[in-house]
Formats: sequence, structure tokens, C-alpha cells
Amino acid sequence: MRRTELAAVLEAKGISKRFPGVLALDGVHLALLPGEVHALVGENGAGKSTLIKVFTGVYHPDGGELRHHGAPAAFGTPLDAQRAGISTIYQEVNLVPMMSVARNLLLGREPRGRFGVIDATKMYAEAARVLSGYGVETDVRRPLRTLGIGAQQMVALARAVAVDARVVIMDEPTSSLEPREVETLFGVIRRLRDEGIAVMYVSHRLDELYQVCDRVTVLRDGRVAHTGPLAGLDRLKLISLMLGRELNEVKADGLTRFSRDRHRAADGQGPPAVEARGLTRRHVLDGIDVSVRPGEVVGLGGLLGAGRTETAKAIVGAMPLDGGQVLVAGLPLRGGSTTAAIRAGVSLLPEDRKAEGIVPTLSVRENIALAALPALARAGVVSDAKIDRMVEIFMRRLRIKAASPNQLVSELSGGNQQKVLLARWLAVRPKVLLLDEPTRGIDVGAKAEVQALIDELAEEGLGVLLISSDLEELVEGADRILVLREGAVVGELTGDEVTEERIMATIADDRAHLDGDDRGAVR
Amino acid sequence: MTELTSKPAPPSGARSMADLKPRIFAWVQDYGVYAAVLALLLFNVLFTPHFLDASNFRTQFVQVTPIVIVSLGMALVIGTQGIDLSVGSVMALAAALVALYLGYGALPALIVAVIGGAVVGAAGGALVSYVGVQPIVATLALLVGVRGIANVLVPQLVEFRNPELIALGSSSVAGIPVIVLIAAALTLIVLFVVRRTTFGRQVVAIGGNRSASELSGLPVKRVLLIVYVISGLLAALAGVLATARLQASDPTSLGLFIELSAITAVVVGGTPLTGGRIRVLSTVMGALLMQLLAATLIKHNLPQSWTQMVQAVIILAAVYATRERANR
Ligand SMILES: Nc1ncnc2c1ncn2[C@@H]1O[C@H](COP(=O)(O)OP(=O)(O)OP(=O)(O)O)[C@@H](O)[C@H]1O
Ligand SMILES: [Mg+2]
Repeated sequence: MRRTELAAVLEAKGISKRFPGVLALDGVHLALLPGEVHALVGENGAGKSTLIKVFTGVYHPDGGELRHHGAPAAFGTPLDAQRAGISTIYQEVNLVPMMSVARNLLLGREPRGRFGVIDATKMYAEAARVLSGYGVETDVRRPLRTLGIGAQQMVALARAVAVDARVVIMDEPTSSLEPREVETLFGVIRRLRDEGIAVMYVSHRLDELYQVCDRVTVLRDGRVAHTGPLAGLDRLKLISLMLGRELNEVKADGLTRFSRDRHRAADGQGPPAVEARGLTRRHVLDGIDVSVRPGEVVGLGGLLGAGRTETAKAIVGAMPLDGGQVLVAGLPLRGGSTTAAIRAGVSLLPEDRKAEGIVPTLSVRENIALAALPALARAGVVSDAKIDRMVEIFMRRLRIKAASPNQLVSELSGGNQQKVLLARWLAVRPKVLLLDEPTRGIDVGAKAEVQALIDELAEEGLGVLLISSDLEELVEGADRILVLREGAVVGELTGDEVTEERIMATIADDRAHLDGDDRGAVR
Repeated sequence: MTELTSKPAPPSGARSMADLKPRIFAWVQDYGVYAAVLALLLFNVLFTPHFLDASNFRTQFVQVTPIVIVSLGMALVIGTQGIDLSVGSVMALAAALVALYLGYGALPALIVAVIGGAVVGAAGGALVSYVGVQPIVATLALLVGVRGIANVLVPQLVEFRNPELIALGSSSVAGIPVIVLIAAALTLIVLFVVRRTTFGRQVVAIGGNRSASELSGLPVKRVLLIVYVISGLLAALAGVLATARLQASDPTSLGLFIELSAITAVVVGGTPLTGGRIRVLSTVMGALLMQLLAATLIKHNLPQSWTQMVQAVIILAAVYATRERANR
């Protein structure tokens, strides 16, 4: 114990941080050792991101001490922390969306030619080289925002690792990555560890922790509930530590997520609730046909950039199309209008919660009520009583952790923001719900609840289109899976075919077709 | 490596200075204008002779009325991350239309003027929402063009003697000028719209996150269009009231630079230019603050350049508080 303390690169000693209404951190001790991968886990709102932001100078602790290489340290700003060799990938990607991929990657370190002018050719070549090492093949001159969220996260990772860091902190880096990208990431993490760099790793995907982490610290309500080696710590035990419940209680509940008799509706009949025919958009979608029947959960599988998010967006009219048609209950939907889609009962929970989901300047209450406002108003005047009732129900049912319904949504933890968005969509009572990564960043307990909820709603006749980079979730949740590649449907799995292996095989099959074709998966 | 199990945490330390700062900024943004207005009133009560006279108060309020009305619309527009530079020219257009149509009576003239304002607003709104022109560019074009139209319609100052219109500008109810009452009523209406109507909530949401609002099925383009129409309507109304008070239509100089006063009122009231929040009462307070400040300095015989410099300091302070808070 003494020894570890001496060797720590970065150490929190009794750190406390208070926000109006909550004690986010309460006397937290944590030592980060060189050459270790340290997992930081806990429920949504446990204080993980807050602790990271204290480490990186974004927040200043109210109590306790930060030690860097054994000496007391206080980082005034994130820049100070970065200069001290602490590199961070935050939960919400914070790069500059309008700048080119290359500029984002090399910001502040651009290769310069004579007179200190940025050497663009060199910069683009360098950026392309670095990124291909991370499996991202893309035109680095394009603005960053044209990349998918997963690819953006890889850029953030490449950027964080490229600067000469002694500590690399990752807050839910895999929440929008595919299995293949996750493997790349783990490769990078192991390389960092072998170089003696300390890595702090936050994730809600427990199986990932067991693959790369050496030690774990469990936070619960802002306090350290446990610290120790990960090997030998039973998964259920870890969950019980996170939730603060007894081990046998957790066991009794099991880890059941989707409990419904799945694949039941797989070959069901009846007219589809929503049907998309030949959705086409140049370079993005290539004649996609999808239909979802009431009570059916249809999964979309495929790699990053395969066109899953785009398909969902096209269905709700949030993306202009060159061709194709969407029918709701047999009637064509006016294209290019999300308002029309929502009125017809088709809603989309978007993937990028910061850019397309939350309205940061509004409260939790107003964010939940946003889409359902017309239904909650009479003659254009909103009914506060109705909104309060609805918000109360959803906050309780989804266990949204907030100081009050009137707290700004931007002050919630990432997972709780995701729950707020789910509530927003459930509140409009859609007939078909398109869920793009619905459990992204949600903790184990809440994840099971959300999945149970999806089941329950499907039982009641809701049609669901499920996009998830978590294969397990896709397989357990979906009755039927369409596999996409390069904007086209290349396989459909039904009944017993719905397994992780078959999805991987179908994707791999497509990759064989790709050989000799220099187009990358990420576009 | 040894295991640690949870143990009681030590009491958290004293609150640091770094934590206090954002709170101060938040407070300044939320209540700063009110405090400043109060402080200024107090100063005047103590040091300015005749300040509490009813006639002085009347003058102050009557003078600030057009700015208040225009800034209500400006607050809505700024709430959507936009800006409306055309308001001053719309006032001029309204003055011109009033002069032209006064022959049909005061009410028809007023209606025509207000419709004119709405049409200009609709043009700006359509450019912004449907064509996708940046608000500052679209309304700048209107600022120039509409003033031109107004000057063509009525090339020079025209005095009038319509008793109803003059009454609108100069009569009082229970000692309070009618135009002040109108401004107060409009303030309450806009407040109600922002706080309690679907439309108002949608305006704020669109300013806060446009893509999220689109995906949430909000009629984004229509809402934006209506916001600019409202701004045009209010500016036209302000133009009519100012004309009524002057008892003359003066399209050449009426409303010149009022867009700047309105933006100042909104900003000083703590509404961020980045949109997503609309503070109606604070905006009115912002307008009052600037008015009182100018009056106070003039009463104490300080040159106008002083007023301008003090106003600049206040604007910077307001922007700083708003920005620091957002950055936290
Ligand atoms: N800026 C803020 N203002 C007020 N409260 C905040 C702020 N940031 C975080 N909190 C609160 O502090 C607590 C801890 O939040 P934090 O973001 O650290 O959770 P987390 O463990 O990262 O959760 P998640 O897994 O959902 O990302 C939450 O209750 C949250 O609402
Ligand atoms: Mg977090």
C-alpha cells in the first residue's frame, strides 16, 4: 500500500466536489499507477466524469488534494493538465466539428513550412497515415462532422495518444464503437500500458473491463465503494458493489435484459407499421428496403458507416433522399419532414445525444416534454400540470437522477441525459420507434431496465427498429436482423439465425467482396 | 496491491474560491440588471434633485417605450440565435405608412403600418428559415432597403393633426401615459408567450439546439418565420407610437440605430447571443437601465461621451458574466 502510493503518477486524496444540490464526489481516494489500466466504474451519476474532470483541471475540488508524481498539484485549466502529460478523451466528443479531420487530429501541432505557414499537404498525409493505423480510412480534408460518431471517437483517441502523455484518461471511449474498432482501441491501450503509461478507463460494458483492465475502482454516490485488482473479482460481485445491493439479490434478479420470447414475431404476418422502399442517396444509401411490423423488433447490423444511422434518419425524413419512399400503415409519408413522421407515429432516438439530442439550455422537464408539447397543450397554451405529471412518471420509471426536474439537462451525467431522451420519445407514444444506440452510456442496472422497457412496449404493439453496436444487445433484442454494408442490405437473419456468429459471418462475407476494392468501411 | 474497502469519507473541505466564481457570474447574469436598476434609483433618490417628481418619471418611461417594444421582438429573435437589424427601418416604414393612410382615419393607418411591419418581418424570416441566409445578412439588407422605401414614400417630415393619433401619443390613463400602458401590456403578452405557450417553448428549444428540435418534430422553419414576423410587428407598432408622440411622421430619422439599443437591452438583460434562453423582464430592465443611466449622467451635467463609455462598460460586464457562465 505504501509502495503503490509512492509510485502513483496521479493520485486523488480525499477529493470532494459539490454541485448545487448534490455532493458529486465525497472524499475520493484513487491512485493511478504507471503501466496499469485502471477501470473506473459506477452507476450513472456516480461521479466518474466529475472525478475525471477534477483530474484534468476542468473542475476544482472543494476538498482534498491532487498529487502528480507524488507532489501536490493543482491544475488551473485543462491546458495545464495536458502540459503535465495528462491526456483525456471526454465522454462527449469535443473536437471542432467544422474543421477538417486532419486539423482536428493535429490541432496545435500542425507541420509547418517556411514562415510558419501550415504545410497542408504534409498535414493531410500525416493525418491519413495516423488514422489508418486506427482503422479509419477517410478523406481527412473533410469537416469532422461528416464522420460518424464512432469515427470521431477514433480521431479523439488518436489525438489524445499522439501527444506525449504519461496518463491517458478515457471516459466511455467505446460507447459508440463497433467490435472491430473496440479491438483496435484495446490494442492501443495495451501498447500504452506496455510503454509504462497509466490508463484510466471508464465504461459500462463490463466484459470489456475484464479484457483490458488490471485494477478497478468502484464509485457509488460519489464515494469509493471498492478498489482492488480486477482479476478474481466476480462479475456479479462487481455489479453488486456498483449498485450497493447484496450479492444474492443481484443473482436472484439475474442479468436478464430482454426477457421476451424472442424471435416470436419473426415470421409473423400482418401489414407493416412502417415500410421503407428503395431508400437511395448517393454515396450513402443504395436502395434499402426495411419494414417493421407492430410488435416486432428489427435489428440493423453492420459496421460503422454501413448506413444504419442514415437509414433511420431517412425513414423519419431527417435526411434528404434521391429516391425511395416511406409508407406508414400503407400510406406514403411526406418526405423531408420529421414533423410529418412524428405525427404519423414514427420517431427516432438519435445517436449523437449532444449534437442532435439534448437542448442544453433547457431543463430536464422541458427536454422530456419537447416532442410531446402539442399533445400537452390546449389551444397552444401548455398545461404545466400535465407536463409535471408526465415528467414525474418518466423520471421515476427510468430512474433519472437529477437534483430536480428543473435542473438544466446539461448538468446531468451522460447516462442520465440518455434516459431523458428516451423519455422524450416514449412521451409521444409512437407506433414505431427507431432507436439508434439506445443504451449508449447507460449503466448495467438501467440498461436492463431500458431493454425490459423495449420488450414491454413491443409486447404492447410498438414496432422497434434497433441499431446497436453492442452485438449481444442486438441479438437478444431483435426478432429479425438486417445486415447492411455500403448502404445496402446484404443479408437478413431470422429465427435461429439471429446469433452473434451469424452477424459477424455475414459482415465478414461482405468484407471478402470488398477485397481488391480500396473503399474503406468508414466513409 | 492491496484491497481497500469503503470507509467513511473525511468531511469535505471549505468551498474554494474557484467554485465561488461561477456562482457570482450566474447571480450577475440572473439578477444583475435588477440590482443595477435599483442601485441607480437609490443613487438618484439621494443625489438628484427632483428625481422623484412624477413628470420626470413620465418623461423617462415615455422615452424608453419604443426601445422596450422593439427589444421584446429582438429578445425572441436572439433567443433563436438570430438577430434583427431591420427594426429601425421598419419603424420608419411604419411612420411613412401612417402618414400616407392617415386620411382614412387613425385605426386604418395603424393597421396598414403594422401589416407593413409584418410583411418586412416575413421577408426576413423567409430568407433566414427557408432560404438559409444568415440572419445578420438578411436583416442588414432589409435595414438598408426598407429605410429607402420609407424615404421614397415620404421624403420629408410631415406633420399631422389627426386628434385620435395625437391622443394615442399624449393622453394618460390614471396618470400613466397610454403608450407606457401599451408597452407594459405587450411585455406581459410576450412573457406569457415565452413561458406558457407551445410556440414560446419551441422558440427557445430551436435556439438551444436546432438539429435536436428538428428531430423532435418541431416546425422549425415556420417557428423561425413567425419570430421574425413578430419582431417586425412590434417594431412597426413602436414606429406608430413614436410617430403619434412626435405628432409628425419622420421616416428619415425615426428609429435610426434603435437596433443597437434593443440588442443592448437584450444583452444587458442577460440573454445570451448564443440563443436558447429568453429573458423578457430582464430585457425590459436592460432597456430601463440604459435609459436611467443616460438620464442620470445628463442630470449631473456630464457630457454624453461619458454616458457612452459607462454604457460600454455595462455591456462588457453583462457579456462577460454570460460567457463565463456558459464556459464553466
Ligand atoms: N455541472 C454540473 N452541475 C450540477 N451538477 C452536476 C454537474 N456535473 C455533474 N453533476 C452531477 O454530479 C453527479 C455526478 O455526475 P457524473 O457526470 O460525474 O456521473 P458519471 O458517473 O460520469 O455518470 P455516467 O455514467 O452517466 O456518465 C450527478 O448527480 C450529476 O447530476
Ligand atoms: Mg460520465
